Amino acid sequence: MIRLASKDVVVIGLGWTGSILSYELARSGLSVVAIERGPWRDTASDFNITTAPDELRYAIRHDLFLRPQQETQTARNTPDQVALPIRRWGSYLPGNGVGGAGVHWNGHTWRFMPSDFVLRTHLVERYGEGFLPANSTIQDWGITYDELEPYYDRFEYLAGISGKAGNLKGQIQEGGNPFEGPRSREYPTPPMRMAHSQQLFEKAAKSIGLHPFPLPSANLSQAYTNPYGVRLGPCTYCGFCERFGCANYSKASPQTCVLPALVRMPTFEARTNCEVTKINLTPDGKHATGVTYVDTQGTEWEQPAELVLLCAYALFNVRLLLLSGIGKPYDYQRGVGVVGRNYCYQTNASCTLFFEDQRINPFVGAGSLGMTADDYNGDVFDHGQHGFIGGANMNCNTYNGRPITYRPVPPGTPRWGSAWKRATAENYNRAIALGTQGSSYAYRDCYLDLDPTYKDRLGRPLMRLTFDYKENELKMSRFVVDRLAEIGKVMGAKQIVRNQRSAPWSVVPYQTTHNTGGAVIGSDPATSVVNRYAQCWDVPNVFVTGACLFPQNAGYNPTGTVGALTYWTADAIRDRYLRNSGQPLVRP
Amino acid sequence: MRALASAGVAALLLLAGPAALQIGPMDYAAIERGRYLAIVGDCAACHAGSKGDYAGGRAIETPFGDIYAANITPDDDTGIGRWTAEDFARAMREGKRPPEEHLYPAFPYPYYTKVSREDVDALYIFLRTVPSVRNEIPANQLPFPLDVRTAVAGWNVLFFREGRFDRDPIRSDEWNRGAYLVQGLGHCGACHTGKNVLGGDEPGGFMQGGALQGWFAPDLTSDARTGLGTWSIEETVEYLRTGRNGRSMASGPMAEVIENSTSKMTEADLRAMAVYLKDLPGSGAAARAPPAADDASMRAGAALYRDNCHACHADGEGVLQMFPALHGSQVVQQRDAATLVRIVLEGTRAATTDAAPTAPSMPSFAWRLSNAQVADLLTYIRNSWGNAGPSVTEDEVRQARARVGAKPSQ
Repeated sequence: MIRLASKDVVVIGLGWTGSILSYELARSGLSVVAIERGPWRDTASDFNITTAPDELRYAIRHDLFLRPQQETQTARNTPDQVALPIRRWGSYLPGNGVGGAGVHWNGHTWRFMPSDFVLRTHLVERYGEGFLPANSTIQDWGITYDELEPYYDRFEYLAGISGKAGNLKGQIQEGGNPFEGPRSREYPTPPMRMAHSQQLFEKAAKSIGLHPFPLPSANLSQAYTNPYGVRLGPCTYCGFCERFGCANYSKASPQTCVLPALVRMPTFEARTNCEVTKINLTPDGKHATGVTYVDTQGTEWEQPAELVLLCAYALFNVRLLLLSGIGKPYDYQRGVGVVGRNYCYQTNASCTLFFEDQRINPFVGAGSLGMTADDYNGDVFDHGQHGFIGGANMNCNTYNGRPITYRPVPPGTPRWGSAWKRATAENYNRAIALGTQGSSYAYRDCYLDLDPTYKDRLGRPLMRLTFDYKENELKMSRFVVDRLAEIGKVMGAKQIVRNQRSAPWSVVPYQTTHNTGGAVIGSDPATSVVNRYAQCWDVPNVFVTGACLFPQNAGYNPTGTVGALTYWTADAIRDRYLRNSGQPLVRP
Repeated sequence: MRALASAGVAALLLLAGPAALQIGPMDYAAIERGRYLAIVGDCAACHAGSKGDYAGGRAIETPFGDIYAANITPDDDTGIGRWTAEDFARAMREGKRPPEEHLYPAFPYPYYTKVSREDVDALYIFLRTVPSVRNEIPANQLPFPLDVRTAVAGWNVLFFREGRFDRDPIRSDEWNRGAYLVQGLGHCGACHTGKNVLGGDEPGGFMQGGALQGWFAPDLTSDARTGLGTWSIEETVEYLRTGRNGRSMASGPMAEVIENSTSKMTEADLRAMAVYLKDLPGSGAAARAPPAADDASMRAGAALYRDNCHACHADGEGVLQMFPALHGSQVVQQRDAATLVRIVLEGTRAATTDAAPTAPSMPSFAWRLSNAQVADLLTYIRNSWGNAGPSVTEDEVRQARARVGAKPSQ
């Protein structure tokens, strides 16, 4: 192993959170090295407009994603099963390389509701302790919406998000989401231009008393220069967002929002194709001394650093904590320990609407081209009569009409042959998909730990994921899908197909890459890995970022909240931690 | 100890060598001024090499063959360590290096001859402070008789006029400062003034645009269509400082000039240059009437534009400071379309500066457009939205493609 000169900060993973923290800390004069296991990627070299819209290469063959042979996970539904390795990514698609999942996301940029941050307190107050599902481990975040609001704002202004405020400092705004928490100011750019599907949805939803509003979008409605001086172009509605890098400089990503400014920082350095294998600790385990990583030749390097920032994907952050011996691993049997606890996912479902008299052009699309209604999300509605907790937002999004995978045909259509082709031709322009993005709450028997059998190419145990959809979530999802179908009926669909979520969870069909929890934030070391500043309770010079901090997942995409927490942490490090390096910011 | 000793030797050399030096070798204000002047002159553009900013070795492409930039670090054997301030001033202003050897005018002494002795000395002092790098420079690749340096003497008789910058007392200080920078250290004319077959400046063509290295450096005079006539002073300054403005974005060799030089210059100097440039007379050449809209090239070009260009460049307006506007663009309407052909074939990337770090790129279209298609497309762009520029021929594109080594479209 070769020992390198020490740096002030080592950042593990150069995606959204790693690039933001690198920029903020390098700007404060610290020397920062980001170590990223995938390749360097930038718009000019990697997302060429003449070749980027390649569905086979990117959407089918997963060009931008982590290769399972590099790292995968084992999965099972219940603790009494034997977990088996995922050999081809399906249910979720972990990113790889500079920009991480921020490269290939769709761009839905949400704030969680104020009640989401105090979920347990809120639900117990409103419905009583007995209303919570059996075995649930729902908990408060230890940080409130009001505290995070300025940081949501900073992330949205970094990314230039296109949307319409529904609540400005407590004043409800026409055309926005009336159920959102108060915002200090309007979105940086106006909403995207809606297509025909969204107009039908908006009209129908309004007619039955719902409150539709434009989906907050990281596909920008107009050119925008962010506070780092980095400029983005307007979205062209090409429909190649999810699973693709944007070639138009119009989807907010580390590439389009941070890296052009970051790479100009003289104290910043990135090492790509280098995989951190371990965070190194002093013999007493109370202080991190840096990281060990391997390059593509298999050479091991030690990078000493004063401060270690865990900025990889949620699942990989948790695994690195487990492999490094930071924090007490969660023990399901005894219900003690924290690392791997409160793993949650997202409960999504949909309806497909088939029309006779509408002409939809799905080819005009974008990852975040959509109208949404939050009337059945979170705790916006009274759950008392329904017997479940949680909710979902209801969306009418036109992501794309890509030729290989966008083939909406009614049930009963043969899967191939001339009848299938005929049905494709008939329905391509006459179908609309409506979706629900639902909460996923924490349970004692849904968790992450190290697999006892399977190892990666470096001989380290794979992480094991134990998860299933619970009756509470399925009930919630069925309820919201029924509400969605009501909208579809008013929209005039001749046929409505409900695609309900059901158990058991399967790793095969794509569902969502919103894996959350496992290294959760909180105010009690017995139930959280990091304190309210995302600083490890046990090793104060390690901070953790990403959706692994979520104690449970809300009915929203995670990136907005991940971005807000990152800025919150950046300020905590710069303004508080650095004044007294190595010390905990919160005494338990 | 050794470091100290060699520093001592260097100090002695400094004291002993430059007898004619008018400023002291430890004059930090002069060193700093020299550093700034090295940025203004963009010395690093040619003299930066793999071994350091001023260590030389980079091949400079000329119509006559490659010339390798000199090592101008203070190394005694391979750099200019043994030069006196007088030697340096003669190189800068007379094109001769010790012992009495002609430099090739790829080194822009025909422009540097305008620079004041005080500025030349400041540059000299600064160059004594850069790290000394041993770097043997390869021999130039020039054919006979150009490989005989005395041939340059004849060239000098024809094209070189030695002489310092003359203030124009009728003009403002700002104008004069701009003229001094543009004509002298800035050596803008090295690219932007047309060259004759021997590489000398075209008489009467000062700053009216010039072809070099497969690019066409655009007209920088006050011509309204092809020059800076419609640019405000502020827009010109913004372009030089950030690499872009509401009208254009720098790419190609100018992107390097902006990144390494003008983006680091003072606002006052940029302003002075803009004031001077905007006062330069244009060629007065009238625009030719554009082809009729139903011309076959124009029709084919319009369809190609829709499919290949419209997403970014829209209906000629582009996206402010991201994708340059094509309507009214000076670059688009130059008399020579070399830059446009090259950008379509090779792609390009905008300058990146502290003020505007995003460097949007345009990809190569060589693989998907034939020579005839590129010609039609550019003829269309050069003659739409009020633009007027000579049509582009298939042959021009063929030659450019051979030059840049781009593969033909299938």
